[in-house]
Amino acid sequence: MILCYAEFDQNKLKNSTKELSSWCLEQKQNFACFGFAELTPEQKTDLENAGVPSYIQMTNTGDSYSSMGWGEALANLVSAKQSKAVLATSNTQTKEFVAAGIYKSQGSVVSDVIALSLDAGQFKAQKPLYAGKCISSIKFEGEGPVGILMRPNQIQVQTPESPSTIQIETFEASPSAPGCVLKISVKGSSEKQDLTEASRIVSGGRGMKEPENFKLLEDLADTLGATVGASRAVVDVGWVAHSMQVGQTGKTVSPNLYIACGISGAIQHLAGMSSSKVIVAINTDKEAPIFEKATYGIVGDALELVPKLNEAFKKAL
Amino acid sequence: MNIFVCIKQVPDTETKIQIQSDGQGIETSSVNWILNPYDEFAIEEALQKKEALGADKVIALSVGPERVTKALRSALAMGCDEALHVETPENLDSRQLTQALARCISKKGDAGLVLLGKLAIDTNEAFLGAQLAQEMSLPYVAAVSKLEVQSPTSLELTRQIEGGVTETYEMTLPGVVTANKGLNQPRFVSLPGIMKAKKKPLEKIDLASLELSDVPTKSVYYDFTMPPAKATVQMLDGDHSVEELVEKLRNEAKVI
Ligand SMILES: Cc1cc2nc3c(=O)[nH]c(=O)nc-3n(C[C@@H](O)[C@H](O)[C@H](O)COP(=O)(O)OP(=O)(O)OC[C@H]3O[C@@H](n4cnc5c(N)ncnc54)[C@H](O)[C@@H]3O)c2cc1C
Ligand SMILES: Cc1cc2nc3c(=O)[nH]c(=O)nc-3n(C[C@H](O)[C@H](O)[C@H](O)COP(=O)(O)OP(=O)(O)OC[C@H]3O[C@@H](n4cnc5c(N)ncnc54)[C@H](O)[C@@H]3O)c2cc1C
Repeated sequence: MILCYAEFDQNKLKNSTKELSSWCLEQKQNFACFGFAELTPEQKTDLENAGVPSYIQMTNTGDSYSSMGWGEALANLVSAKQSKAVLATSNTQTKEFVAAGIYKSQGSVVSDVIALSLDAGQFKAQKPLYAGKCISSIKFEGEGPVGILMRPNQIQVQTPESPSTIQIETFEASPSAPGCVLKISVKGSSEKQDLTEASRIVSGGRGMKEPENFKLLEDLADTLGATVGASRAVVDVGWVAHSMQVGQTGKTVSPNLYIACGISGAIQHLAGMSSSKVIVAINTDKEAPIFEKATYGIVGDALELVPKLNEAFKKAL
Repeated sequence: MNIFVCIKQVPDTETKIQIQSDGQGIETSSVNWILNPYDEFAIEEALQKKEALGADKVIALSVGPERVTKALRSALAMGCDEALHVETPENLDSRQLTQALARCISKKGDAGLVLLGKLAIDTNEAFLGAQLAQEMSLPYVAAVSKLEVQSPTSLELTRQIEGGVTETYEMTLPGVVTANKGLNQPRFVSLPGIMKAKKKPLEKIDLASLELSDVPTKSVYYDFTMPPAKATVQMLDGDHSVEELVEKLRNEAKVI
């Protein structure tokens, strides 16, 4: 059985989890989703609409998240289900507890996976190396489960014709691993989707001239249902928070649409976004390196073009 | 007690990456190697917190070919007291690497805190710390942007995760922590630092002495390829460039 880690944003099943279940359905694999909380009715319906056959709720894993505790819980589940693979979305917590759990189960984990296939029972993954300058295939040997941490927006989500009737079971995981205590967890004010999961990103750099002009990008992002990102240059001068930084020392993103406004396209910025499906660049300098990576380019003043683009999208959408 | 900092040498982002003609690896002869940027935060934090933690030594360690001694020398020049080098071929299997680090640390002994970078910029894996913590049965927090020493055996750790969530942890040492940007401002290496570093111990550890032959290979990276070439950019100009863009995103690229 394949185990998929189910993640929710409030009551909604995350698109990145739907990608995992779509892959399992497409490959006709026996699979279950698992999580550490009881499902709300809305969450249950979302899982059923995604065609998920069963949900395993881990119990007795403590009051809050703990990397090694959840890791041990997962290792126990893997062993109880004799699971050959665990699929999850690549993020800070999965890189902790899925990695620890798979390691404990004598398996092997790969993160930031962009393609996954299964051939005669053998998993094969692909991941970018050197900031996307090359792509490596990875195969697995010996006993032990495989842990696949997928980058979001890589798998086409398929909605099954009819929803499933989900089986819910609990699994008493009772980890004893050394924990550290999660004392406080504060959610930020932004209700936007995280950059790493966003399927559309509007990003701004020094060419936006003033911090106030990021409002133009936010307006455009609102129209598109996008998340706003930024270059390091504007993070370093304090226009926006570091959590918005895209690039080598920020976030690696892979949206379907990345609109770069007033960003030159330095190699460290490209390192974080060059795998975006479609890149739009708006820049006053026609020689700016960002145009080499872009799908569509407009030479011009972003302060003028962004509001126009917003109007044009509003008409079209 | 000792603080251990695990460091990796990685190709400079500007380096052009060339694939070997057989597609089974990377051409390393013309690569410009640098210390992984996140590891600088790890080293700096170890040096800054050494006193508050009452640590005897800050020990830098790296697993890799002869070239990594350069990274270890920079760690010594920044102020680490000792360096350990486990000499291995390029890119050890991830499980073997984990065990090499764990066995090295336990050989030296008395580990109070093990620091790593959040991720290595060549692989972007970001899970070696979790494997090491599991191997050593220690608590673990990744991608920390604030580390406060509450007592020589307890830390308060803060980090930002996806979705704008800020988490604060309490960790009882010994433990494993990985460093994110924002943790500190790494110091520049000074000339006196470099001179001093020359006299500091850089110990070679024989791979055979770590007895890794019992650790099986679990995953194999093979078949390296260049990413699919991007079509050349379509430049849109004229008065209707914006409308044209929207039309193309909808009908040609089909992303809206
Ligand atoms: C070309 C290439 C081929 C590879 N082939 C294989 C393969 O066949 N099988 C396989 O399992 N893996 C392979 N790997 C990956 C493996 O070598 C990784 O190094 C390992 O999986 C751990 O990931 P990471 O070093 O990227 O650690 P990350 O988790 O991204 O790094 C976090 C931190 O760990 C520390 N660290 C990382 N490496 C070292 C080190 N060597 N010494 C000391 N500290 C370190 C640093 O503090 C670093 O900041 C390959 C990697 C490359 C680039
Ligand atoms: C170790 C290291 C790590 C780094 N990590 C990152 C990282 O994670 N992310 C990152 O982004 N950078 C990173 N950098 C920095 C990177 O090298 C660049 O300095 C940075 O990306 C530049 O940001 P920018 O494009 O906003 O600014 P600039 O390079 O100054 O570019 C501004 C652009 O705006 C254009 N412009 C000006 N006015 C207008 C206008 N009115 N309308 C439209 N266009 C206009 C200009 O033509 C120019 O192309 C890193 C650097 C180092 C050394």
